[in-house]
Amino acid sequence: MADTAMPIVEIKGVSKQFELQGERIEALRDAHLSLHKGEFVCLIGASGCGKSTLLRILAGFEQPTRGEALMWGMPITGPAPARGMVFQDYGLFPWLNVRRNIGFGPASRGRPAAEVRETVERFIALVGLQRFAEAYPHQLSGGMKQRVAIARVLANDAELVLMDEPFGALDAMTRERLQDELLEIWRRTGLTVVFVTHSIEEAIFLADRVVVMSPGPGRIDSEMRIALPRPRDVSAPEFNDIRRELGRKLHSNLARKAA
Amino acid sequence: MSATADITPLPAAPAATPAPLAASPPAHRLRAALLMFAFPVGVLVFWHLATYGRKYSLIPPPSEVAIELYDLAFGGIYDDAFSQTLHIHLLASMSRVYGGFALAVAVALPLGLMIGRIPVVRQLLDPTFQVLRPIPVTAWLPLAMIMFGLGPRSAFFLVFLGAFYPVLVNTIFGVRSVDPRLFEAASMLGCQGSAQFFRVVLPASLPAIFTGLRLGLGFAWVVIVVGEMTGVQTGLGAIIMEARQLSRTEIVICGMIVIGIAGFITDRLVLLLGRRLLRWSPGHG
Repeated sequence: MADTAMPIVEIKGVSKQFELQGERIEALRDAHLSLHKGEFVCLIGASGCGKSTLLRILAGFEQPTRGEALMWGMPITGPAPARGMVFQDYGLFPWLNVRRNIGFGPASRGRPAAEVRETVERFIALVGLQRFAEAYPHQLSGGMKQRVAIARVLANDAELVLMDEPFGALDAMTRERLQDELLEIWRRTGLTVVFVTHSIEEAIFLADRVVVMSPGPGRIDSEMRIALPRPRDVSAPEFNDIRRELGRKLHSNLARKAA
Repeated sequence: MSATADITPLPAAPAATPAPLAASPPAHRLRAALLMFAFPVGVLVFWHLATYGRKYSLIPPPSEVAIELYDLAFGGIYDDAFSQTLHIHLLASMSRVYGGFALAVAVALPLGLMIGRIPVVRQLLDPTFQVLRPIPVTAWLPLAMIMFGLGPRSAFFLVFLGAFYPVLVNTIFGVRSVDPRLFEAASMLGCQGSAQFFRVVLPASLPAIFTGLRLGLGFAWVVIVVGEMTGVQTGLGAIIMEARQLSRTEIVICGMIVIGIAGFITDRLVLLLGRRLLRWSPGHG
């Protein structure tokens, strides 16, 4: 991906301050970041580093206090189907079955019923939930719920998928499986993914580029391009080298903060 | 967007371990049925022993009540003014209960949705309702009789009042406790503004609204006797009051039994409806 092409997303000098019980919290200070189409970027950092805030600004749920967030050069002013969010707690509609959860976006945007049906079937198949198409969210395991959440944003033509620690609540085996599936979907669809995690290993396993953030105030600290070929072997020595280096970056932040 | 390119299914997700279906063995069901009837049978036996064969007992024995109930329903035993009138009173009370309830729902449901959703409506109305709510229906009785006169309209109003607050309060609660995450999810999927009302707020608050409907209908049956103290000629409350003045205690008890059964059947029907509508909700399905 050539860096000269127009970035899909640009974050320019974005700061975000919150008022919390009369106290001013600086969640994010002067963040700069560009994403290119088709990139898989992980945001990593300790809690309070502003990674979720940055993601929510990209989603349009929050507006920056200063600076601007652009998609295809246009300011992000609110949530939109082009930027789909996958939440850690799924955010599925409990009164809709799998099929209708996935069809929620296209249906509320007034797509013809036949088209919605066709889209839904395609994405149910993509995440392998054909047998659970009629099930309600409370009948599904965490991994299945997260598959529905992913299919839901894809079925709605999301170009940029924002994922806020999506696999954080899942057990290790399900998490690994979903990581593989996510990469497979990403490879096939050419999506741009911003993935927030606090797991170094998950970031290295998934990302083209890891953005390291640090707390107090939240800011972007450094970036690291992961050039390992996929599929990546988490026990390979090269993987370990990167893990060590990334770990050092993260911990030097924490040490600085403690000082 | 190229999410359409080259989509072949991933391997199917592993099957969830099927939840054990609640197929209780026959022995358990028999035990449950025995327990269910043990208490009422015990009460009946006690009632019988305490009243049967005592000349000056003010409370008639259960057998007398059963005979009276038969006479109320089908006649042919005493052939007095009450014989074969049960259906008239039952229908009169049911029309007031369901009519008052329907009116209460028609007013309380939209009002509750608005109070829960629109801050200015909440600020305007909520404090007033908070003060009016603790006033018991019985306290409204004299005022109702002045406003609506003696007769069925007062009864209707009181039933309305009894059903109104449970529906209102639970609707407000339902609307206000919608998970904010669902609004975010809806808006990033392209469902924004007023469209969220029907696609998110209403379905999400349905379980609470449903609880309100159930409670409201229950209260409607509770206040029907009070409502029919306002000088109406027919209704289960009316015959209870009339029989009391005539010291026909067995008719009073018959009226109580019929109200209990009618209220119970209504509640079951509503529950059945709820199970169908709220299959998705773990607490109802």
